[in-house]
Amino acid sequence: MSEEKQKSLLEKAAESQIWKSIFRGGGVPRNRRQRMMSVLNSVFLHLHPVRLPKHAVKLKFTWCMGGLSFFIFLILTISGILLMFYYRPTIEYAYTDIIDLAEQVPFGIMRELHRWGAHAMVITVWLHMFRVFMTGSYKPPREFNWAVGVILLLLTLLLSFTGYLLPWDQLAIWAITVGSNMARATPFLGSEGPGASLLAIGDINFITMGSDARFALIGGRFMGEAALLRFYVLHCIGLPFIIMIFMAVHFWRVRKDGGISTPV
Amino acid sequence: MGSFKEIVNTISNPTILFTSVVIIFPFVFPPSDWFEKWHRKLGLHHLWSKKAIIIAMIGMIAFFIYGLGDYNFQKIVLKPDNVPISGLIFLVVFFTWLSMYQAYKNDERLEAGQKPDEFYEAPNDKVLVWPDLVYVELISLIIMSAFLLVWSIGLPAPIEEPANPTESPNPAKAPWYFLGLQEMLVYFDPWMAGVVLPSLIIVGLMAMPFIDRNPENSGFYSFKRRRLAISLFMFGWLVLWVMLIIVGTVLRGPNWNFFGPFEYWDIHKLEALTNINLSEIVYIKWLNTGLPESILIREIWGILIIMGYFLILPPLLAKTALKDMYGRLGVVRYSVFIVLIITALTLPIKMYLRWIINLKYIISIPEYFFNF
Repeated sequence: MSEEKQKSLLEKAAESQIWKSIFRGGGVPRNRRQRMMSVLNSVFLHLHPVRLPKHAVKLKFTWCMGGLSFFIFLILTISGILLMFYYRPTIEYAYTDIIDLAEQVPFGIMRELHRWGAHAMVITVWLHMFRVFMTGSYKPPREFNWAVGVILLLLTLLLSFTGYLLPWDQLAIWAITVGSNMARATPFLGSEGPGASLLAIGDINFITMGSDARFALIGGRFMGEAALLRFYVLHCIGLPFIIMIFMAVHFWRVRKDGGISTPV
Repeated sequence: MGSFKEIVNTISNPTILFTSVVIIFPFVFPPSDWFEKWHRKLGLHHLWSKKAIIIAMIGMIAFFIYGLGDYNFQKIVLKPDNVPISGLIFLVVFFTWLSMYQAYKNDERLEAGQKPDEFYEAPNDKVLVWPDLVYVELISLIIMSAFLLVWSIGLPAPIEEPANPTESPNPAKAPWYFLGLQEMLVYFDPWMAGVVLPSLIIVGLMAMPFIDRNPENSGFYSFKRRRLAISLFMFGWLVLWVMLIIVGTVLRGPNWNFFGPFEYWDIHKLEALTNINLSEIVYIKWLNTGLPESILIREIWGILIIMGYFLILPPLLAKTALKDMYGRLGVVRYSVFIVLIITALTLPIKMYLRWIINLKYIISIPEYFFNF
């Protein structure tokens, strides 16, 4: 009887059929075995190993930057989906939709959350790489995962870059103009790149303003409707799809390569 | 106080800023015994003490507060999209310190014959993920969420005039994280600054674990046994990446002219464009003959210099200064490493050629869009 009384509300709830059906094994993780099982039995938590070396939980060692990058990615996904309800990627509507977001949507901070989150993610990814370098964690057997991480860095920057165009204001199109003009100078593949004129038969140039790398990027000779649509599709579907594949490989390899790096 | 602003404006000039950083850098992150000796003599190892970071942080905060009293400084720093850079400056300083502080502590432990701080006795010394790690993660997530919410409520996202392809702003800047690359456009043509160098950064980062093959010292902070690797990385990351971003964002105004942090962005500021190509120096200044008709003859000196730099310098170094390294790395690894390094070095070299002899291009073949 007295034992019964000591059970907290949480413990009682943890014995219910609903709780047990959600959390495999049921119960509140109080002892060592249950705690280990709670990690093993959760699809989310089992990204982690069950046990870790003790420096792996210290913030001064990990800085938590990798985890935060992933977390911010999730925030960006959710706020991005919400923004897609309001935003139409056409020259006619894009700018006014953004204005509406600020003026018409009650408590609308989703655009702020999305924009500042994107900036923050660039910084957390950089700092994560900085930490990995400073602890020598790119060394064997983690070389490949470091390379995957470099690709994730590139994808993060590209995601941020493609998103930059979408408000379709002066800040957006000129920043992207500066960036995408670089593609014009791609060696061989840009109309103003070194070597492009070699890709010609007689007088017929294959690489022109209407067929070079920049044209492929912005879908036209000038920044316009096609560029907006391309960047929108890349930003909302294309790049997130690719980055998720690389993230899956990245996390999986972190585990397979022996978890967080430790001194030998 | 006006003179303080003038001093800051003067030393922010890329020529002075970059030169002093390059000179000071190897003493702060010594890559060799000689620099290490002076690093200790000059007391620079005290930079990685707790006292130093407190002083640095107070100093930086004081500078920002003081600066925000200035109209021009305020205008550039509080531009919504530049706010992350202020954060980046503080974070980079703090985390550089944090890693070096721990590295120096571990170096001392190793020297005393102890294990590094991160060492643990497997398997007894392990902790459980639930609750020890999920707890830390939860706290981090909450703090980050709160931080982003406060930032989002406090600072509206920027929205300017509707896009107008016929009216370009001056200066037109890329997003801030690409401004290091845009800053390189001052010294390189777009095919180098916008395509080749960024690609090499990506390739170089990926190649790093295959070049730095010292299997020791992973899994904990350390400096002494990895000092060359860390010194090179720090130079790329802190100077060629972060510092160039700050220069490109804060110190570049209309027409991409240099402006000090306390200087008014005068759109009419004129800087004499007296840059000339190597071919013009050779044929017009020295030989007084005028540029030859043939492209090959015109550019032969530049081509010879570049070929010498990329084809003769690496084997020469392998035989002399970098003999040990060549022996350690082997042909393939050494070649990749040295090409990456000397390509990265073309940036500072071109900076100084521009500043000292106003050199525009070493090879200039605008007929084929090939300028180097």
